[in-house]
Formats: sequence, C-alpha cells, structure tokens
Amino acid sequence: MWWRSASFILDRQQEQNANVPPNPESLLHSSPPSSMADSLQNPKPNVSAYYQTRAAHHAVVTSDWLAQAQAAVSIQTEDDSSGSDGRIAPVTGGKGDDKAFSVIDEFNSWRKQPDLAEAVAAIRALAAVIRASQATTMMELEIELKKASDSLKAWDTTSISLTAGCDLFMRYVTRTSALEYEDFNSARSRLIERAEKFGEISCKARRIIAMLCQDFIFDGCTILVHGFSRVVFEVLKTAAQNKKHFRVFCSEGRPDRTGLRLSNELAKLDVPVKLLIDSAVAYTMDEVDMVFVGADGIVESGGIINMMGTYQIALVSHSMNKPVYVAAESYKFARLYPLDQKDLGPALRTIDFGVPIPSKVEVEKSARDYTPPQYLTLLFTDLGVLTPSVVSDELIQLYL
Amino acid sequence: MDPRRSARTVSDPKVRQVGFFTPAAPPERSCSDPPRQQDLIQPQSPSSTQVNDHFRSGDSLSPVMIPPPPHHHSDTLHRTALQVTSPKTAFSYSARTVTIPTENDDVPSSLSPSRKVVAVKSPSSYPGVRASSVPASELTTVSVVNLPPGISEKAGGGASVEVQNDRPVRSKSLKEKTSKAERRAMQEAQRAAKAAAKAEGTKASSAATKVVTSANTKPSKAAKPSSQKNDGSQFAASEKKVGDRAPEKDRKKDAPHPRMQYDDTSRVEKAKKRAVVKQTEVRNRVELFRHLPQYEHGTQLPDLETKFFELDPMHPAVYKVGLQYLSGDIRGGNARCIAMFQAFKEAIKDYSTPPEKTLIRDLTARISSYVSFLIECRPLSVSMGNAIKFLKNQIAKLPLALSESEAKATLVSDIDRFINEKIIVAEKVIVKHAVTKIRDGDVLLTYGASSAVEMILLHAHELGKQFRVVVVDSRPKLEGQLLLRRLVRKGLSCTYTHVNAVSCIMQEVTRVFLGASSVLSNGTVYSRVGTACVAMVAHAFRVPVLVCCEAYKFHERVQLDSICFNELGNPDAISKVHGREDINYLDGFVNRENLQLLNLVYDATPSDYVSMIITDYGMIPPTSVPVIVREYRREHLWS
Repeated sequence: MWWRSASFILDRQQEQNANVPPNPESLLHSSPPSSMADSLQNPKPNVSAYYQTRAAHHAVVTSDWLAQAQAAVSIQTEDDSSGSDGRIAPVTGGKGDDKAFSVIDEFNSWRKQPDLAEAVAAIRALAAVIRASQATTMMELEIELKKASDSLKAWDTTSISLTAGCDLFMRYVTRTSALEYEDFNSARSRLIERAEKFGEISCKARRIIAMLCQDFIFDGCTILVHGFSRVVFEVLKTAAQNKKHFRVFCSEGRPDRTGLRLSNELAKLDVPVKLLIDSAVAYTMDEVDMVFVGADGIVESGGIINMMGTYQIALVSHSMNKPVYVAAESYKFARLYPLDQKDLGPALRTIDFGVPIPSKVEVEKSARDYTPPQYLTLLFTDLGVLTPSVVSDELIQLYL
Repeated sequence: MDPRRSARTVSDPKVRQVGFFTPAAPPERSCSDPPRQQDLIQPQSPSSTQVNDHFRSGDSLSPVMIPPPPHHHSDTLHRTALQVTSPKTAFSYSARTVTIPTENDDVPSSLSPSRKVVAVKSPSSYPGVRASSVPASELTTVSVVNLPPGISEKAGGGASVEVQNDRPVRSKSLKEKTSKAERRAMQEAQRAAKAAAKAEGTKASSAATKVVTSANTKPSKAAKPSSQKNDGSQFAASEKKVGDRAPEKDRKKDAPHPRMQYDDTSRVEKAKKRAVVKQTEVRNRVELFRHLPQYEHGTQLPDLETKFFELDPMHPAVYKVGLQYLSGDIRGGNARCIAMFQAFKEAIKDYSTPPEKTLIRDLTARISSYVSFLIECRPLSVSMGNAIKFLKNQIAKLPLALSESEAKATLVSDIDRFINEKIIVAEKVIVKHAVTKIRDGDVLLTYGASSAVEMILLHAHELGKQFRVVVVDSRPKLEGQLLLRRLVRKGLSCTYTHVNAVSCIMQEVTRVFLGASSVLSNGTVYSRVGTACVAMVAHAFRVPVLVCCEAYKFHERVQLDSICFNELGNPDAISKVHGREDINYLDGFVNRENLQLLNLVYDATPSDYVSMIITDYGMIPPTSVPVIVREYRREHLWS
C-alpha cells in the first residue's frame, strides 16, 4: 500500500515539522501524531521536501534512504493509524478552516504518482480544495483557494515548480474572464475540469517539447545529458523512435546517480550511451555537439534552476561554443529572479561520501544550482522554442 | 557550428509567436517624443520680449514690484486670473509647490523653501544665500559667475549668434533689413486685420481650432516668410488650408517630432524667436555635441526674475517651476516631474476657456506652451515627457459634454492619481521588491543620489538588515553627499568615496544599486553621468547591478550612445574648483578658441552591464523593457 512506502513516511514527518508553525489549527487535528513526533524525529531534518520528491520520483536509493525505510517499518503500525487520522480529520471536521491541512495531504497523495510533476500535483490538490469547498460565491472560493495555495507554498518553500503551479492556477482562477459571466456552479465545475486536465496538459507538453526538439537532433550527433529529466528522456526516446542516429553521454549525477538511471533507460532503447563521471565533462566536451538539460524551474531572467552541476556544464559548453538546450514545460516558469547562486533558498540534501566525514568538515549540501541565461542557447517549452529573454516577456504577460 | 546552423534554418510551424508581437492592432498614434511641437507652441511674440528688454533697467530689482502695464498683443488670450494674482499669492504658492518628499525630507532648514522664495525675490541676495547653503555644488559655481560679462554678452548676444552661423542664409536678408519697430508695426497691422475678420464672423469652429496659433504665430511667420520655406512645403500648405486644417493639425501634433537639433541654424533661429528665456550660447561649443543646446549658465536668472509679472501666457506657478529648474533648485526625475505637475495643476485650476474656444484644444495648446517654456529652462527629462504625454492624453479624452469646472476637476484628479500611482506608490513597490535582494552582510554600492535607492536602503535598515553602504560620488554635483548625510543620520554605516576609487572599492561590494533617469527599450539605462562607469566596473568584478526605475520613466526610444541625446551642464562647473583658490590653472583660458569644456549630465549604460531592472511591475531583465513599455502604454494611454 502506498502509505507504507518509505517516501510517504518521510513526507509525513517533514510535513509535521513544516506544518506546525504556519497552521496552528492543524495542531488540533494532528495532536495524536504530534505527541509521538519525538519518536518519529527525522534524523536529518534539514533535507528539503523538494529533494525528497525528486528522490522518490527518480527512484534514488541511497543508504540514507534505506535507513529511513528501515525506521519506517519498525513504527509502521503507529504510522498507519496516524496516517489515517491525518486523512480522516478534515472529513470528520468538515469545517472550512481544515482545508489548509487537507490540501497538503491531497498534494502529497498526488505527488506519489511517478509520472506526475509537482506542479500538476499542486494543481490537483487545489482542485480538491474546490471540490470540498462549501463556498457559495466566486469570491469566497477565491479566498479559500488563496489560503490553500499559500499553505501549500509555505509547506515547501524550496520547491519552485510547486510555487509556480500554485501561482499559475490562482492566476487562472482570478483572471479568466469567462468565469465571470457564468453562474457559480458552472464556473466551479469548469475550474475543476481545468485542474483535472492539467495533468494531461503536462503529459502533452512533454510530447510537444519532444516534437520541437527533433529538428535539433541530427544524425550522428553526440548529446551530453545531465541528470535524469522526464522531458529530456522523452525527447531522446522520441528521437530514437524516429530512427535518428545519435550518441548520448550521460554524466553520473552524483550523489543521486540519476545519470545511471537515464543510461539504463536509454540502453533499453538501444541508444549508444556512454557514462561519464561528473568531473569528466570538460574532458569529453570537444566530442559533444549539444547539451540537453531539464529544469526544475525557469526563472524570470531566463536562467534555469536545475540539479547541481548544470551550471558548470553550461559554463564549460559556453566556453567551448557548444549549444546548451533546456527542455522544460511552461508551468515551470517561476516569478523568481536570483542574482547569483546564493540568492535562492538552498534545497538541502544528504550526501553519502562512503566514508565517515569528520564533524569539523563542512559539506555543501545544496541540491541545485542556478544557471544564468547567458549560458543557455535555447529553451524548448510547450510555448515554442524560446530564447532565454522571452521567458520574462511571457511571465509579464501572464502575471500583469 | 553545425548544430546551430541547422537550428536556424528550421522553421517550425508549431513555434508559437512570442515576444514582441502585438496581438491587437496597435493604436495609430505613436507617442515617441516629449512634445516639442513647435507648431503648437504659443509663442511669445518677439515684440513683448523686446519691450521687456527696454523696461528692464539694469538688474536692480526692488522686492516690491509694480507690474508694468500689460501688453496688448494678444487680447484674446488675456486671462483676468493672472493679473489678479498678486506677488504674495504667487510666493505663498511657491513655498507650497516644493512638496517633494525626497527633497524636503532631511534638508536642513536653510535649504527649505524659504530660501527658494528669497532666491526668486531678489537676485542680489542670491549668491550669498547659495554659498552658505550647499557646500559645494554646481549651484554655487553658477552663482559665482560674475554678471557684467554675462550682461555684456547678452547685449551682444544677437551678434555673437550671427557669428556662430557661419553659413548666412540669404533668405534672411529680408527679415534683417526690417527694423524692430517696423516689424512690430507689421504685426500690429496684421493682428488688427485678423481681429476685424474674426469679428465679421468666421465660423466659430474653425476659429476655435486656429485661434491659438494664428493669433501669435501668424505675425511672426509673416515677418519672415522665406525662412518658412525651408521648413518644408507641407507646413506651408497646412497654413493655407484653413478649412480642413483641424484633422491635419491633429495628426501633426501627434506625429513623433524629431528632437530639435541645435546645429540646425534655421530651426534654432525660429525657436529663439519664440523663446521666453533668452539663453546665451557659450563661446566655444564642444564640436561633437553641437546638436545639443550649449548655453551660458547663470546669466538668465536675473533677467527672468524681472519678467515674473509681465508674462501673459505663462502661469506664475509654471514660471516659478521653470526658474527652479533653471537654477537647479529642483533636481531629479521624480522631483522635477512632481513639481511640473503641481504647477500644471495650479494652472488648470486657474484656467478658464476663452470665448469661442473649446477647452480641449485650448488647454492642450496652453500646456504645450508651458512645456516649451520649461524646455527652454532645462531640457525635459524622459519622465516629464511621459507625464506630459499622459496629461495631454487625458485632456484629449475629456468628453465634450463635460462642463468646464467638471473637466478641470477631472484633470486635477488625474494628475493627482498619476503622481500617486506612478511615482509614490511605484517607489514603494520598488522598495518592496528590492529589499528582498538585500541580505545580511551585504555591501551595497550606490552612485549619486537616487530617491528610490535611498528609500530602499532606509527601508532595509528599518527591517533590521545588517549591511554596509558605499556611496560613490563625483564632481561637480556631489549629490552623493546629500544622500550620505541622510543615510548617516539614520544610522547606516557608510563609506564615501569618489568615482575615481570605484575599482578599488568594488572588490568588497556585493550589490550595486543604481537609479535611472530613464530606461530605453533596448535596455539601455540613461542616468547620471558616471553610472555607466560604475556599472562596467561592477560587471568586470561580477557584482550584480540592480537598476531601480519607475515604469513611467521607460521610453520606447533606442539609444546606443550618450552622444545623440544628452544634456550639457555648465562648463564652468568643471573648469573651476569651488573653494580651492590655488587650483586656478584654467583662469583666463576658458574663452580660448582651442579649449572646449564638456560637462555632460547623463550617460547611457548598455544593457549588458545591467543584471536586473527593478520597476513597479516587478523585477525584470533589461531585455523585457519593451514589454513593459507596451503594456504600460496600453494600460495608461490608450485605455
């Protein structure tokens, strides 16, 4: 059952840690779990929820993760009860102010699905809010949604696509003029329908991007890929299906080793793959024709936020005049403007070096970096092939 | 680069058109330039200024002045309101207009409006007051300019200008032959004929459209018909056709008028005819910048002050603001813009539509004349240009059915709304955005004195952020000292240095915050001279450069250098060092033929050196300025 999985247990812990300060009401309902929160204490509380989702989606198995799972099994029964308690509480309560609590649950349940992006999960969760809402006017509904999305955003401030997804949906709700003319019920069902559709849109977006990219992948080219990105994988898969002959270099993607997974998947498709350690990127760059990366978020400057190591690959390829292509869905556009690497809240993760690290030694734990726009060549999105500077134009049109 | 080449050639139908396309048909009228429509300007007829010259007996000016009898050259335009305004009310108003928060904020009381009143009243007390008020600014040097040479220059002003025109236009001979008296007689005759014709009953509608210009421009144009010719036949043609004049005139009014090029002698001559402010050109003009006005500084003020009560078409509030621009009392894009709008508000309140005219047209023309006066005092900033465009658009949009008082009330409230929304609230929003980019332990560098940057720094300090400020300053204005004073007083820890040391200090800086006079649509930041230098050094040191600029200062023009459009300051300000008598190397050299002094006021920072522009629409990259310009215009000018 899904709630017995290690990832779910981890998420619950994180949620309890993060949830208590923003929602005092939720304390009332989650008092049984919080009483035993001490025993459930996350051994590494400074791992961001953003990274946990990533890890879950990319099926990363680290020793740390196994330990977590082990711990989870031992307290499984307790957790089971607490899990059901958390799920049932809003239903039994049935009050408007429970929504904030339930929306996060809803979100967590959605994001368990392997093919669902975080932004889509957020939008589905918001749709659930609409469905459960007892609001009778559009305004009420809007306020309720606003609350829900705020609590979602506060729940995990490190995730960019979560924030972007919430903002996008709120924008849709507040801005769509068609909603104003209809009566409340039909407007509401339209919103729900829209949210339901969003999952499909996200899948379709990947396909559009894959189609757009085909013209850029030519026979005999060598592509360097960093990390595992669903979109990039879709692109490569489509290219392979189109009988293109190309070679892929996968960087290892320490410490998650997401590159290993990608190479595995590509090998299944009979694409020639070569695996590189991350530090061999510059060494192999002269053989590479283009670099393909995904993105966790595309920010307003046109730069991207992606898995750690993207920035240095972009720098190397820029200095060797190789194009860097980014494949990302448009719902990853975020109203953020980092000026440098440290301008973002770091998404922390654990790193296993295989040997014990002395306590005096500091470890850089951030899971992602920011690549400024001048190092990117083109962005492939479902809006089309964009130069980095167009991102801001799109965002302005979207949000102003 | 094979992959790239293949990328370029691909034309994918699925690629959505994004970026700079306009979904809806864009409005026809483009508003590219601050209105410099000289055909609309209600010119001061030459006769009046000449008369003023006669009336002015030296520079001795008693504080209590008896206004000389009004001139009768434009009876139709006479407003009783103006003559009613006594000196007292004018001055009390003058104290009121200076309500610019950023300027007044922490200025010591000696700098408060009272000083300005004094300055306006008596030129004799002017230098003394000034010297005591601001330690070392350009203002001081302005007042230091000894008057006698200036006057003598003015006396021979016409001659010196003629010398400047090294290609004498033959067609002007006619004009030059007629003496002043003859020309005046001609004009009077024409005016009388005109009035008679009108009395006979021309159609009211056509008269209304034409009166504004005809009453004044006609005579002067008739006086020099030949110079009219080189202005283009179109102008002459439109002059003849009275019937279908209105639409064409409208179109002309809104057509983007090229910025006046001051090396075009015929145009300069014409502009001079209408000018209220008699500017004297400097002796040695800088060759590369001949297209910009290069005037003698500090000589016009006393002359203008004497005319304070004589000018019919100019509202006293506008006149006062103009003088303040001229003397440098009001500086900074926002301050100038607010002061201008406050003056316009007064003017609109006092306005009454003359008989047989429509408010929309007459008021627009009147505003244009005010604007041209302000331009003579100091070239418009882009912010002011945009603001004027807004106001004119509001006037044009007034429904015809509206009564005069209602229309005036609407306009006044529009102006208030603009000041509030576009300047005051916008600045608050900018502060809100910018503060998120300041972290503990930052070292922030700023250059000059920008009101937005000042508010950002103070607000961040109020929030308890721990940071240090480096204020970089430069001669001759030393505006940074004013900012420094306010920051230090609020308890911020500051470092003060001159721009010469910017490359040394940049090593420890983590963010550069800059203000801007304008942001152009290619992302070029047009700002106080020296800004580009600071931005480039910051870029070389990989320090992010954040430019804070309200969206109403954005302009759709594209500029690649700081030469083709700029403003020239007083050359004396850089040739002399105030308070240092020992540095007198240039004494006696200023008027040498082979010495050109260039004191630029602005420069253009290429967008490559700008990391981010913080505006009231949020934080945007410099590449997105055109989007903001487009959205902004759609929202505020064409809605």
